[in-house]
Amino acid sequence: MDYQSLMNPRARDLKPSGIRKFFDIAEEMEDVISLGVGEPDFKTPWHIREAGIHSLEKAKTRYTANRGLKELRSEIAAYMIRKFHIEYQPDSEVLVTVGGSEAIDAAIRVLVCPGDEVLFAAPSFVCYEPLITLGQAVPVPIVTRAKDNFALTAADLAAAITDKTKLLILPYPNNPTGGILRRKNLEEIAQVLRGTDIFVLSDEIYAELTYGEKHVSIAAIEGMQERTILVSGFSKCYSMTGWRLGYACGPAPVLSQMTKVHQYGIMSAPTTSQYAAIEALRNGDADIDKMREKYDMRRRFIVDGLRRIGLSCFEPEGAFYAFPSIQSTGLSSEEFCERLLYSHKVALVPGTAFGACGEGFVRASYCESIEHIRTALERIEQFLGEL
Amino acid sequence: MDKLLTLLEKNARFTNAELATMLNVSEEAVASQIKELENQGVIKGYKPLVDWDKIANDRVTAMIELKVTPQRDAGFEEIAETIMEMEEVESVYLMSGGYDLSVLVRGRTFQEVAMFVAKRLAPMKNVLSTATHFVLRRYKDMGVELADKKLDDRGTISL
Repeated sequence: MDYQSLMNPRARDLKPSGIRKFFDIAEEMEDVISLGVGEPDFKTPWHIREAGIHSLEKAKTRYTANRGLKELRSEIAAYMIRKFHIEYQPDSEVLVTVGGSEAIDAAIRVLVCPGDEVLFAAPSFVCYEPLITLGQAVPVPIVTRAKDNFALTAADLAAAITDKTKLLILPYPNNPTGGILRRKNLEEIAQVLRGTDIFVLSDEIYAELTYGEKHVSIAAIEGMQERTILVSGFSKCYSMTGWRLGYACGPAPVLSQMTKVHQYGIMSAPTTSQYAAIEALRNGDADIDKMREKYDMRRRFIVDGLRRIGLSCFEPEGAFYAFPSIQSTGLSSEEFCERLLYSHKVALVPGTAFGACGEGFVRASYCESIEHIRTALERIEQFLGEL
Repeated sequence: MDKLLTLLEKNARFTNAELATMLNVSEEAVASQIKELENQGVIKGYKPLVDWDKIANDRVTAMIELKVTPQRDAGFEEIAETIMEMEEVESVYLMSGGYDLSVLVRGRTFQEVAMFVAKRLAPMKNVLSTATHFVLRRYKDMGVELADKKLDDRGTISL
């Protein structure tokens, strides 16, 4: 069979991440010191794992309501008030999903029509563009810059808006740059959006991991909640990546459409994970504080180290990545990463993995122990010395 | 101070510069805090954590429970002091519960430790009884896992 010709061209033509080959090489090599991993090194806190185990012992192994366990939705609503001062109705404005990713997918599906333009800040996480393309809409990246602390500026946003613009994706705190949006940035963005019909998909999966400045959601800015789908989850803040659990909060009319998509595609999010998540929200605040403090030390350590060995590096204020510039080496991001991997066995992610505008940068994750980061920095320093 | 101590407890070989970066203070501040902690006797010393099982060295450790008669006026202090002066003794703790002193003893062979208990500890004037427990394997010591590091199951790269 000629499979290629039988495939839906929109799926077939999606680029598998352009640097897949590089990733495969890294996975195959031995004794690699990696700063390439986008997930926490901490284990899920024991009391959360135990709650999952307990639910299994009690044979809580059936589907839940499509929207997720009522108890969990109530805890999510309580958490949103406690941490970000945003009020959501657990019955109609919260949907529990399979990771934040599913929520992003569902939101794009229900909001975006063929031909619509979807704006998103770039560089950013890799899933937005393909999902927009699958929805036959037009992805429009808005480039953010180190000089603006990788924040989306109101001017750039205003310039990108056309009468076809349907949705703005705000991925902050940002993977890979570590940029955040302060209340002032958000007010300015809100000012541009008020009076339009543009929706906001705010991917706040790293909301708990900001350093110094507390995270502010765009939904907490006046007039924004009615047009914002807030997506978050348990992966990064509670170190629960493999549990695959996230959620969306937003206006009931949008959430009810997303619930349909979720119902037909997924049924309900994993039940064991939902019980564990209830425990996380009830008794996990201290775990987050502890992990955040560790990340913060590592953050200062890696940024200081990168600068010391001669790479200019924006001071990340959120997530767990540093995004140093490698322009001074004259190499492209991919060349830099490939040569570093082959010659000194350190794995970084080329900035171009997060969009063309990531050229000239590399992403170094600091979800690693200080000793691990130190060894990686020593090797990178040697590498730079030999260039 | 607490954060500094926690970091040093994890790795006493962090340089002052590294500690300063992690704690977001100056290098001088770290140096003076460490000096002060040393002067106050809060920091008693710095030692490597050795996994002796890794090198073919004959070493055995035993935890010995001692029941003793406390002395008028001196309580347990006197006997504890006598015991801690013995070279073979690694640590001495006063315990609550079923016995009084817990003594960690190190020797080259089981025989040597057994003889130490029989000849030195058991006959002491106020020692009522001893129970010797040999350590068979150390999994974790002073907060550090001694088993060989498990492989990271996260893979090398993910976005």
